Amino acid sequence: MRDFDALVREIAARYPDQRSAVLPALRIAQERHDGWLPPEAFVEVADALELTPAYCQAVASFYDMYHLAPVGKHLIEVCTNLSCALARAQDVVDAFESELGVRAGETTEDGEITFRLVECLGACGYAPVAAVDHRYRHPVLPADVPTIVEELRVGA
Amino acid sequence: MSALELLLEGADERDLTKLAEYKKIGGYKAVVKARKMTPEKLIDALMTSNLRGRGGAGFPMGRKASLIDRASPKPKYLVVNADESEPGAFKDREVMARVPHRLIEGCLISAHAIESTHVFIYIRGEYLTEYEILQGAVDEADAAGLFGDVDIVVHRGAGAYICGEETALLDSLEGRRGQPRPRPPFPPVQGLYGAPTQINNVCTIASVPSIIAMGAAEWAKIGVETSPGTAIFSISGNIARPGNYELVLGTTMRELIYDTAGGVPDGRELKAIIPGGSSVPALTPDQIDTPLDYDSIGAAGSFFGSASLIVVDDRCCMVQLALRAAKFYMHESCGKCTPCREGTRWQVQLLEKIEAGAATEDDLELLASVGSRILGKSLCALGDFAVYPVSSYMKKFPDEFRAHVDRGGCPFAGSSSIEGVVAPSDQHVGDEHGDSRERESLEETHV
Repeated sequence: MRDFDALVREIAARYPDQRSAVLPALRIAQERHDGWLPPEAFVEVADALELTPAYCQAVASFYDMYHLAPVGKHLIEVCTNLSCALARAQDVVDAFESELGVRAGETTEDGEITFRLVECLGACGYAPVAAVDHRYRHPVLPADVPTIVEELRVGA
Repeated sequence: MSALELLLEGADERDLTKLAEYKKIGGYKAVVKARKMTPEKLIDALMTSNLRGRGGAGFPMGRKASLIDRASPKPKYLVVNADESEPGAFKDREVMARVPHRLIEGCLISAHAIESTHVFIYIRGEYLTEYEILQGAVDEADAAGLFGDVDIVVHRGAGAYICGEETALLDSLEGRRGQPRPRPPFPPVQGLYGAPTQINNVCTIASVPSIIAMGAAEWAKIGVETSPGTAIFSISGNIARPGNYELVLGTTMRELIYDTAGGVPDGRELKAIIPGGSSVPALTPDQIDTPLDYDSIGAAGSFFGSASLIVVDDRCCMVQLALRAAKFYMHESCGKCTPCREGTRWQVQLLEKIEAGAATEDDLELLASVGSRILGKSLCALGDFAVYPVSSYMKKFPDEFRAHVDRGGCPFAGSSSIEGVVAPSDQHVGDEHGDSRERESLEETHV
């Protein structure tokens, strides 16, 4: 694993102001901390970019893709915005909740999978849309749900 | 025939993510031609083409470029808005995934016009695959020596609709929370890092190579005089063949919906068309012959927006649809301006009350009043976007809203096509990122 500081500084060098590297630095920090940002991650980002941990945390809390509490090894996200709703995304949500035994926003008992709802993913023409570990699947129908979950569990 | 491919030209036949393939169809010849022109001549050409911004506002790109203070001692920046997040829109994604070099060539030409050597493409964080394709194309073009003294940085967002708003995007790109800035000063005067900045949508920039290749005067003859060129229309919802279709501007909604996209399926009736992404006022079937161009849609009472049509059939309860849209805008309000931050929440509460059958006639009036107090009262248009769906559905379908009040419940009685839809703002508050095991163990500790 490359040194975090060096990697972040290399990214920062692409910008006229190194603060611009906060978003990429938070993303890398999150990848290195099991998918979420514990307090020490903010210290690491702050040290690399000469900012304060509080500033980094304030930025992170603004964006949906940073997780401020532990998440599962895998992330399943389902869009329920207008076009997906018109394609019955709510049935897909029900299918995931039932297959995983959790409600939207929760992680499975074994800590493997976090399931959550997200706003429009920008694939409305192929609705309903899900992102599985950030890769889009579409259309996802309730019948596809057991296979998606099984793939994650086998691959884990 | 209204289909014409300028943006997506060649992508059906070849893998245009590869530099060699893009060059085979004349790729990167326009930038060579453009670099032989002076910035003044290039801006003149953009003005002549009358290319209007494809991100939503429709501001002429050439005029925007002409506002850049090129004599400023500060660097000039070109920023491409690839934060496509408007519900219903998925056109920029297709451009980045299938014709990334056309976007890159557009960046190089546009940078030359404003004498910029720094280009930033701000792509929404969720578009991971598209980012990988685009970054690959940037690396390939750079390695081939096509950039000259220009540097193109692809910058990934992290999940925030508001960052599609140009000044919020700039704040986000500077490493801040993505919140809009007061204007003036406008970005061409004081944008990224306080320097003159040109900001355009992906499809606007990707249209530029065709203008230079074809000649601006010829290009301006395509489509409608006040809205020349083509647009990639995203169409979704209750439609037989959803997807992206590149059409000449001025094509009617009827042609797109019925001829191109196969009409409303399952033998259902068309009920509403949201023509420019979820933020714009809805149109009704009697307006089906409206041409899809900026001014015609404007005259019909809506906006061209992001050229993204959401088609709604007669099974959908418009109160539920308004509520789902309202929850989205509440979730995405950045919280900076009070009318938007508070008003979006009020809208949700009132619509929930109406849908539940607990509202009175006064609540309908209050909802309209709340909307009027959000409109035009914030730094950016997000507040307006939150109001347009609600106010336009109320205006176009007043009987349906009133029926909820009169009957004390939803007239669809559980049969609406979006019945039971849940939004991110409905998921377990506080557990949003959460871990149910941790919560249970906490509960045990407290018992």
